[in-house]
Amino acid sequence: MTLSKADVDHVARLARLDLSEQEKAELAEELSAILDYASQLQEVDLDAVEPMSHVSGQHAVFRKDEPHVSLPPDVVLKNAPDAEDQQFKVPAIMEG
Amino acid sequence: MLDFSQGIRKLHEALRAGTTTPERLLNESFERIEHADGEINAFLRVNDLVSRDRLTTKAAIADAFSPKHLLDGIPYALKDNMCYEGIETTCASKILEGYIPPYTATVAQKLDDAGAILVGKANMDEFAMGSSTENSSYFPTKNPWHKEYVPGGSSGGSAAAVAAGMVPYALGSDTGGSIRQPSAFCGVVGLKPTYGRVSRYGLVAFASSFDQIGPITNSVEDAAIVLQAIAGADTHDATSAHIDVPDFSAKLTGDIRGLKVGVAPEFFADAMDEGVRQRVEEAVKVLKELGAEIQPISLPHTNYAIATYYLLAPAEASSNLARFDGVRYGYRSQNAQNLLDMYSKTRSEGFGREVKRRILIGTYALSSGYYDAYYKRAQKMRTLIRQDFEQAFSQVDVIVSPTTPTPAFLLGEKTKDPVTMYMTDMCTIPVNLAGLPAISVPCGLSQGLPVGLQIIGKMFDEQTILQVADAYEKAVDFAAVRTAHRKEAK
Amino acid sequence: MYETVIGLEVHVELGTKTKIFCGCETEFGAPPNTHVCPVCMGSPGVLPVLNEQALRLGMKAAMALHCEVRKDSKFDRKNYFYPDSPKAYQISQYDEPIGEHGYIDIEVGGQVRRIGITRVHLEEDAGKLNHSVFGDASYVDFNRVGIPLIEIVSEPDIKTAEEARLYLEELKAIMQYCAVSECKMEEGSLRCDANISLRPIGQKELGTKTEIKNMNSFRHVERGLLFEQERQEAMLYRNEKIVQETRRLDESTMSTISMRSKEDAHDYRYFPEPDLPRIVVSDRFLAECLAEIPELPAQKRARFVQDYGLPDYDASVLTANRPLAEFFDETAKRVKDPKVASNWIMGDVLGYLKTTDATIETFAISSMQLAELIDLIDNGTISTKIAKSVFKDMLETGKDAKILIAEQGLVQISDESELRAIAQKVIENNPKSVQDVLAGKEKAIGSLVGQMMKETKGKANPQVVNQILKELITG
Repeated sequence: MTLSKADVDHVARLARLDLSEQEKAELAEELSAILDYASQLQEVDLDAVEPMSHVSGQHAVFRKDEPHVSLPPDVVLKNAPDAEDQQFKVPAIMEG
Repeated sequence: MLDFSQGIRKLHEALRAGTTTPERLLNESFERIEHADGEINAFLRVNDLVSRDRLTTKAAIADAFSPKHLLDGIPYALKDNMCYEGIETTCASKILEGYIPPYTATVAQKLDDAGAILVGKANMDEFAMGSSTENSSYFPTKNPWHKEYVPGGSSGGSAAAVAAGMVPYALGSDTGGSIRQPSAFCGVVGLKPTYGRVSRYGLVAFASSFDQIGPITNSVEDAAIVLQAIAGADTHDATSAHIDVPDFSAKLTGDIRGLKVGVAPEFFADAMDEGVRQRVEEAVKVLKELGAEIQPISLPHTNYAIATYYLLAPAEASSNLARFDGVRYGYRSQNAQNLLDMYSKTRSEGFGREVKRRILIGTYALSSGYYDAYYKRAQKMRTLIRQDFEQAFSQVDVIVSPTTPTPAFLLGEKTKDPVTMYMTDMCTIPVNLAGLPAISVPCGLSQGLPVGLQIIGKMFDEQTILQVADAYEKAVDFAAVRTAHRKEAK
Repeated sequence: MYETVIGLEVHVELGTKTKIFCGCETEFGAPPNTHVCPVCMGSPGVLPVLNEQALRLGMKAAMALHCEVRKDSKFDRKNYFYPDSPKAYQISQYDEPIGEHGYIDIEVGGQVRRIGITRVHLEEDAGKLNHSVFGDASYVDFNRVGIPLIEIVSEPDIKTAEEARLYLEELKAIMQYCAVSECKMEEGSLRCDANISLRPIGQKELGTKTEIKNMNSFRHVERGLLFEQERQEAMLYRNEKIVQETRRLDESTMSTISMRSKEDAHDYRYFPEPDLPRIVVSDRFLAECLAEIPELPAQKRARFVQDYGLPDYDASVLTANRPLAEFFDETAKRVKDPKVASNWIMGDVLGYLKTTDATIETFAISSMQLAELIDLIDNGTISTKIAKSVFKDMLETGKDAKILIAEQGLVQISDESELRAIAQKVIENNPKSVQDVLAGKEKAIGSLVGQMMKETKGKANPQVVNQILKELITG
């Protein structure tokens, strides 16, 4: 499995990472090595095997529909890089 | 002079007898940090004011201190991926620099409730991704045994802090070996509980179906005491197990006669260090002498564990780390022209190389067209690896192996080659894939560096691995080796 | 010739007190970022815990839509970056929704049409974005984030814009009947996106579809679909190619406008949510959900026609919402002729509610009181005309009809000797009318009845009056 720079480009865009040309080239190589290593999984016949996403095997326990105390307004925005009028501020989102 | 390595119970007794006080213990911790951490760099932050404030509050409640709990009044360190309200938590990442959590992790809350005193936040590989603590965005931590060596990772700061006597114990987190591997490298005890035994609420997620918090301590008994304090179901964590918490110290009798101990050849790789092989074989002999039955077992899919893990864990991580986008907290790039730019620049400037690498691998494994070939296949292999263990545990009570194939490596030795670095976790990763509990106890030295013996147990059977580890520890007296080394170092 | 194929995706906010994965309240219209906590804000280290009531309401909705429900399901993560999504993924259900293969029956031109429901799944709502008037910044309010939603996806079975509206009205009624949601479109607790495509009649495969968003009422959905249908039809006749895209309804012109496509082709990278174990519900839980589903609008309509002999029109007006239907049901049970109850409710009651912009829940007259009023007409105590004025007084005072009638002395005079004496006087004073009656002008009797009513201040029983007058005149 060899990843091209274009593949890295595509995945980086999905992951919202902005990579320099040099990083892309290096990462294409590193990721290819990892995928090469991972390709050993292709050797095994896994058709009849169930995939496992949770190890504990237990079922979900539920929460009662009872309100808790929400955060005080000053705490909500305390870590915000940019805020205004009790809201988080971000660069304009174009719509329409 | 007090020595934290004498164990939590001794410290507790001293507190009860009034021969020491929480303040003196805390001062001892600060002094050790002051003395040694300039070189070792185990701590990202020491919370001098917060800890003292907590002491003052405690003192105000009772004029004469009388501990209510084994951990009452005893200092500890928290890996920097666990939240404590009001105390900066960065996961050793630039992207969380300055982040002050608005809440406290369940484990820290439980320790608070027991009266424990938080000394500081320990260094780690950024977002727990790494095996050497060299991936910290702030500075690497050094191995207290030999300062040109890594302490292991990702809980390298926690392990080094305990090994260097700066705190009696610390909490780490283990996704693929991040408690056991640094514990082995630093010659201390590290316990990864069964997935679900300890609440993950407040642990900044790396790979949610693997992550588990556990203690790093000087002794097996200390590990049992700390686990006792942090274990149990949590209403804030739907994956925490609703299973009774037994008395983890109950079986620490030194008696393991009749227990069946499995040894799997798959854990003894060709490339493994000869000293490590010898120490582990000697350890198996000790267990036999103690009356355990040694039984060969097979875990045939172990060779696929690393590949499986390095698809699944990054996949989960790519999603878990997507929230670091510069909107609500943490770093935001000031060079952005628009929203898309803000996301990409913030994340590129905020994350380190290894984190980016794993986000990319994980994103790729989940992306359209590759999901079945990578992610789903790996999930299926996870099933087989789990079944291997189930099969083995129908024959034996515990499985022993080296914790790592080699002792600590040199700083900088493996940073250039991710796959080689990943190999250092070959013995620990299968355990996380299966969700099982495992402990690493020191079992001697190879080339002057500590070697770890890993003892793996059945689901929710921490009691038996603690029992075996404790019996072994009592039989070999590694503490003497440690003391000798420290004298030599001084 | 082309035929239209429409599929609807409806998001309904579930009527829980708290959010789906944390205890923050779901109240609408609170100041920005006051109903948020570390969990719904996606602070590092938090974990979701499912609100049982959200699951229960979702399950009830799926059952009410005749879905096969899953006893064992799971949540998945849908990954996308957007400022309204604090975790950068939405917890949703991908390949194992709680409900599948359901349907809604609608009535179009007297015919029942069955619209298939592909799936019903649970998920969490996103935050709300506000945009600066200068267009230089956007703002995020996370109050709405984490409010439980169900997404209801229909099969492409809908053929006209009108059917789409009827489907939505029926869907809304069902959700309200089950107390799953208030379905207030103006508050966003019901939102609808529509997919529409055209294909030559007889062709099997679907044509290229467009998706329409931003429709804030059922009328708008209908108008938007009509516009889009005409637009696509015109393009097809001109041999132009339809572009698969998302369009939004422009309310000022009631036309659809192409939206800028988002930065990337979507690749949501769904995978099982590791933080939530599988959702396995007991048979008891399912039985409880089923037991909580009341008689649904379609069943109620059928019963009203069957048992009360109502015309279809009355039945559908009276079942538009559950409290109204129950009000009618309770009234009808207590009176001799349910159609009279229907007339009163459809006329006087709904008329009053409309002019006062009120709802039946807060209506001053109870069904029992209304039934008593109708009974009083029926047994001859008062006339319909008097009843109308008593009705008004009941609204003002809240008093029972019987009390008002007694207080105001409105009891109808049915006593023959009393009425006979008055009739004699009226006949004597109106010889002309009497002549007309004798000459066969039947209508003239009306004028005499009117005189009788005037004399008795409307309290005379009209039937008795008629009878006496005829007797006295014709002997």
